[in-house]
Amino acid sequence: MDRIPILKLGDALLVTIQVDMHDRLATALEEDLTNKIVTLGAKGVLIDISALEIVDSFIGRMLDNIAAVSRILDADTVVVGMRPAVAITLVELGLSLSGVKTALNVERGMALIQRRLEPEDEDADEQD
Amino acid sequence: MPTSRTELLAIRSSDDVVKARQQTRVLAAEAGLSLVDQTKIITAASELARNALDYAGGGVVQMQVLQKGGRWGVQLTFEDKGPGIPDIGAAMKDGFTTGAGLGLGLGGARRLSNEFSIESKLGIGTKVTIARWKV
Repeated sequence: MDRIPILKLGDALLVTIQVDMHDRLATALEEDLTNKIVTLGAKGVLIDISALEIVDSFIGRMLDNIAAVSRILDADTVVVGMRPAVAITLVELGLSLSGVKTALNVERGMALIQRRLEPEDEDADEQD
Repeated sequence: MPTSRTELLAIRSSDDVVKARQQTRVLAAEAGLSLVDQTKIITAASELARNALDYAGGGVVQMQVLQKGGRWGVQLTFEDKGPGIPDIGAAMKDGFTTGAGLGLGLGGARRLSNEFSIESKLGIGTKVTIARWKV
């Protein structure tokens, strides 16, 4: 069975979705990600969807599910790289992805996750 | 200049939903739709193909590149022999679902299309036609 690769990037996991998702692949990804969050102690999940030409309610629900499960396991999910045409279409479809954080690209998504990991250090720096 | 043509695709599995999207993309590009309009009609096609699969156990989609009133566009007709929809008005509302989905399929597909029509007979099936025209 096909699997979507999950890469470790510091404290985060990076998933790049490049294929047309179907049910089995989506379910496998949810399971694999959940396992990796726990075994690697990941604090964040970056999902790069820059290769996706559409996001329908099926994919939207998958992203929401991943974010919800990750949150319970103390990891932040950030969806990055959404194409402009996809964003316009998603809003018209009625999908707001309200449970999911977004960033324009992987770099900014990673920064978002890092910020959550080092709030105390940043405060200390400011006081110095 | 695009030419009128028709494609027929059976929807029996999740892979066929992917095929329906890919074929819609080809036809939408042929009709000369903009990238945003292509994305909208492909997304609507995906929702309706999945509806046919989830609620009727499958169906068939007829896809056409055609000209109407001097404008080229794509028209898709999804037909299934499922249980039919008892209350179309309720089914069109966002968030209404009898399945496991988000209940955005029908309402979303209507918003993403320039034309939308639905007929459903209990015990016989459902037919949904959508179209998107080149601006």
